[in-house]
Amino acid sequence: MIFIELISWLFIATGALLGIAGGIGIHRFPDFYSRLHAVGITDTLCAAMFLIGLCLQTGVSIASLKLLLIFIFLFFSSPTATHALANAALLGGLKPELDEEYHGHCFDRRPD
Amino acid sequence: MKYPVKHIISLGVLLFALWLGLSGQLNALMVSLGLASTIVIVAITHRMDTIDNETYPAHMNLLLLRFWLFLAREVIVANIDVIKRIFRPGKNISPQLFELPLTLKTDLSRVIYANAITMTPGTVSTNLDKKTVTVHALSIEAAQDLYSGRMANAVPEDYEDE
Repeated sequence: MIFIELISWLFIATGALLGIAGGIGIHRFPDFYSRLHAVGITDTLCAAMFLIGLCLQTGVSIASLKLLLIFIFLFFSSPTATHALANAALLGGLKPELDEEYHGHCFDRRPD
Repeated sequence: MKYPVKHIISLGVLLFALWLGLSGQLNALMVSLGLASTIVIVAITHRMDTIDNETYPAHMNLLLLRFWLFLAREVIVANIDVIKRIFRPGKNISPQLFELPLTLKTDLSRVIYANAITMTPGTVSTNLDKKTVTVHALSIEAAQDLYSGRMANAVPEDYEDE
């Protein structure tokens, strides 16, 4: 059982580190749109790691099934929420800070 | 009736399994109450005529499972890329905004694709219509990966629609 405990804490610790990485990303990236990508880390892998770690803590039981349901709910809702935020910002007229080097070239062009 | 009977049965089985999982009560009274509420819900849903291929795509369950496995791998790879960019000193990102032409035929597939784009860190879909999806990408590499169509090809087509 100590083995499962160890793996479980490994997952939870990785999740915590990913959460911190996402937080640092929010501070380092320059504008709203690029910060959404940093939030994406906490939305996906960080949450998944936490839930897997907690599932291992509870073992096979009703509680782990509920954790799985939380995961499925997050899996559907978090991209939808991110998309709604980005769409609202774009429609609201917030201009993204684009890379000057490639600005205008990537648009509608298919790289080989 | 627009949808096959197997949709109704599979919705009932799914709802009852969800009830069992959430309550955990196994005595006869509780299970029969759960069964009754499942039947009522399915009957109401049937009357509202909302069990169609879009709200409940039962015909593509297996295809969706395969796509989710593919997506899980993509999400992990993209996460590692974005984390590397967060900790790289100096100029670490090259944000792009571009319109990606869509080849997927049905609304459901397009929504799955746009949500998959948003789900992988490094790319966020900001607008979706019949022909194109507007994407904000964190880097030129992520943009090129989307242009290669690797993810679009993995999205299951909703063949029973239209």
